[in-house]
Amino acid sequence: MDLDKKYTPQTWPDHPEQVTMEGKNKFLGFWLFLGGETVLFASLFATYLALKNKGPSGMEFSTQTLFELPLVFVMTMILLTSSLTSVYAMYHMKNHNFKGMQLWLGITVALGLSFLALEIYEFNHYVHLGFNYSQSAFSSAFFTLVGTHGIHVVVGLVWFILLIVRNAKRGFSLYNAPKYYTASLYWHFIDVVWVFIFTVVYLMGVVG
Amino acid sequence: MSHDAQVYVKSDTEFNYIKQKRKQDMRGQITTFAIMIFLTLIAFAAVAADFSKYLIAPVILLLAAVQVVLQLYYFMHAKEKNHNVAMFFLIFGAFLAFVFILTFLTIIWWG
Repeated sequence: MDLDKKYTPQTWPDHPEQVTMEGKNKFLGFWLFLGGETVLFASLFATYLALKNKGPSGMEFSTQTLFELPLVFVMTMILLTSSLTSVYAMYHMKNHNFKGMQLWLGITVALGLSFLALEIYEFNHYVHLGFNYSQSAFSSAFFTLVGTHGIHVVVGLVWFILLIVRNAKRGFSLYNAPKYYTASLYWHFIDVVWVFIFTVVYLMGVVG
Repeated sequence: MSHDAQVYVKSDTEFNYIKQKRKQDMRGQITTFAIMIFLTLIAFAAVAADFSKYLIAPVILLLAAVQVVLQLYYFMHAKEKNHNVAMFFLIFGAFLAFVFILTFLTIIWWG
């Protein structure tokens, strides 16, 4: 089979990401990877919950004095919206609308970058207050959990940008459809993890 | 490489039907998104309203769980067929996640 074969909207398969054997393998392998990622984040969440607010005696930092809801709210809305824009991108992929997909992925990247900027601002703010990585068991657990999520955002953004640039002149093929599809799954998974972070770390942290 | 793909040209009727169906699906996705925004708003509002933490914690955890299921089933298409093994991997991961958190919390609470 010729992987570079050009399709039209009328010949484009309904599930272009799962037509080739490679596409099928990528799909399944990627879900296995996401299962592993779930376990990774679970271990970090468990550590965080165990070490929350624990540190040297007289420590002035706690979840209630540190976290501010408005910033977290904005970050949550940005990431949730970027999840929808990548759904739009996959909608255009199924309709064989290459420009539409690239555009919506571009919007997703822009939203992801603004999320990342806010997270860097937040971390920088904490470090300026003296709440740095090695300040306490609490700070280490916090930065490791939220920072690991942040690194996933960085990886997702680099992945999207590489796909957008590398395939800009290629158009759709059965070769790149699975690549786009797995990248969008990854992006949704990042949002899934963030749902638990804003609930367990920030909201439950502010409540006490 | 694979050799199992054949080019199938859809008739106009079939093509229009599929296109229409995708449009409907996309509308459903936007509804899902609206529900997810709404759940997020409730969670933040409940915390801002300063209710008892024994009330808030279970409610916002439940809201998060619902939102994650929506994300998986609609945004990540897990409701479509062909996702059995994929869901097995993920649910097994979620089971281990539950065990990790239970273990760590019992260590802390029960000394």
